[in-house]
Amino acid sequence: MDTAVRELSYAQAIQEAMALAMEADERVFLMGEDIGVYGGAFQVTGDLVERFGTDRVMDTPISELGGAGVAVGAAVTGMRPIFEFQFSDFATLGMEQIVNQAAKMRFMLGGEVSVPLVMRFPAGSGTGAAAQHSQSLEAWLGHVPGLKVIQPATPHDAKGLLLAAIADPDPVMIFEHKLLYKMKGPVPEGHYTVPIGKAEIRREGRDLTIVATSIMVHKALEAAETLSGEGMDIEVIDLRSIRPIDRETVIESVKKTSKLLCVYEAVKTLGIGAEVSAMIAESEAFDYLDAPIVRLGGAEMPIPYNPDLEKATVPQVPDIVSAARDLVKGVR
Amino acid sequence: MAIARKAISPEQTNLPFAYRQYSPDQLRDVLRKMYLIRRFEEGAEDSYMRGLIHGTMHLSIGQEASAMGICMPLHEDDQITSTHRGHGHCIAKGADVKRMFAEFFGKTTGYCKGRGGSMHIADVAKGNLGANGIVAGGIPIAVGAALSSKRMKTGKVVVSFFGDGANNEGAFHEALNMASIWKLPVIFVCENNGYGMSTSTARSTAVKNIADRAAAYSMPGVIVDGNNFSEVAEASHAAAERARAGEGPTLIESKTYRYRGHSKSDRNRYRTKEEIEDWITNRDPILLFETELKEFGIIDDKGIEAVRESVKQEIADGIEFAKQSPAPELSDLDRYVYTEVA
Repeated sequence: MDTAVRELSYAQAIQEAMALAMEADERVFLMGEDIGVYGGAFQVTGDLVERFGTDRVMDTPISELGGAGVAVGAAVTGMRPIFEFQFSDFATLGMEQIVNQAAKMRFMLGGEVSVPLVMRFPAGSGTGAAAQHSQSLEAWLGHVPGLKVIQPATPHDAKGLLLAAIADPDPVMIFEHKLLYKMKGPVPEGHYTVPIGKAEIRREGRDLTIVATSIMVHKALEAAETLSGEGMDIEVIDLRSIRPIDRETVIESVKKTSKLLCVYEAVKTLGIGAEVSAMIAESEAFDYLDAPIVRLGGAEMPIPYNPDLEKATVPQVPDIVSAARDLVKGVR
Repeated sequence: MAIARKAISPEQTNLPFAYRQYSPDQLRDVLRKMYLIRRFEEGAEDSYMRGLIHGTMHLSIGQEASAMGICMPLHEDDQITSTHRGHGHCIAKGADVKRMFAEFFGKTTGYCKGRGGSMHIADVAKGNLGANGIVAGGIPIAVGAALSSKRMKTGKVVVSFFGDGANNEGAFHEALNMASIWKLPVIFVCENNGYGMSTSTARSTAVKNIADRAAAYSMPGVIVDGNNFSEVAEASHAAAERARAGEGPTLIESKTYRYRGHSKSDRNRYRTKEEIEDWITNRDPILLFETELKEFGIIDDKGIEAVRESVKQEIADGIEFAKQSPAPELSDLDRYVYTEVA
């Protein structure tokens, strides 16, 4: 029998994944600030506390460092915690446990333990929450061997990647763009996984490869649609995972299109765009390039409050259209 | 580990706790392990001086009664998290010094296969979840292990060892608070040796006793003479009972002293020779315990000599084992970063 596919929001898809995992495995439980009766700051856990009780949908005090450490300790001793940071910005408070402990414990102990830990990070700008609640810090964690770092862009992937993360024996950090939570899309019922470390070609094309992450995948697809009206055939790759990163899919695409544009919301320099560009520069795809690689990323500044300023800080569809058009036409 | 035992006879009820609780054999074994810890660290220090061990190390010489007293009431499957000064905890929880030396020598037979060294020494099979290079890093992890114990109903008690320096880290406060609100089976053990590296607790800490902090988290705060085995064991025993009964955590402050510097770079400029000499001469935990054992007729000079000899042999064997063990292959460089999927 085919699995039924319904329209769910990205937040509902995550919630469904957590509920399925908790039903299937006693060891899976949720920890975070105000994830119980409140339902989470973005209503991702919603009413799960009513189904699973406060032992398995645990409100923590506002103690990101200690809470992250408790999750690490529970993970190495047989549980499967899913820890929600209320905002990804608060990763800054938990970094010690994430970077020094979770990421390195297996290695430091010579493989004697695994750390099957999932951490969820509501990320990104666009909500008017200003500089301390709007950052995109995934590259920080992507720089740490021992962690896996993913950025689902669709409800389908949000569920499938989360279920893959829960089953994974190592710590997986999931960055969820807050503006995606309400986005709807087809989500199969029941259990399925999306592999960590595999990019997805969202739109095939011959003239240019756009490598995008998270919400920028949708903006890139919109831009590609606009440009198809001008006769341009643009390929859009949803990177999905930044550690491990899918070199093969990106390299093969660039060999086909000979042009690369990287689009991501995080601050432009020293981030995903640099990594993807270097990946191409170091590969056989370099010889296929017909134009310099272009990066579109966040401005080198904190996210401002004013909505117009806020939008101007991160790439928008017209920016992508313009950069892509110039690249295809050989303007630069 | 030790199995609780009733008092031998009524006339012994005024004896200190350990002599009521443990058999003469067990007590002689405690002495042996305290020697094992000390000789292990002396052997490690000597090997370091000879260039056989690289990096640095943090020695707990002078703190042996604290490690043994805390671990003696624990069961084999109870768990601990430890600190950068963690060799004593590791041995007290049951580790084999052969594999510890092998780890320090960077060999594949070491507990961490040469990847961790002194600062990450662990023995997961015996419940030691690892020493930690980050001050207070292990405290929330212990609380997480205690959460697993409670949820999975394993009955395990978890001990979190840390030093006085850790009591001013946020992780300490966050962890104690969570352990208390969730009534978790965890024992927080602050081994207060007077100095966080060079900074004395008087200069770093707003309260007189670190145990005073327990009041802020509604748990018992117990101060013990960390150089008195029986006193430490009694506090640990009571805290473990409380934890097993589901009554929640305890903070034990074990006041002790490290004879050696913070690490190998320490020039001891923050304390006087007289202070160090006073502790060594008048408050040495092994000497105190040995004297008590003799006084109660549990061991004699000949017995003590036999203990020392057997420990000496075990240390020599351990070092030899480490020397003879194979080094890791460079081709295995990136192993253990992620879990290998079969």
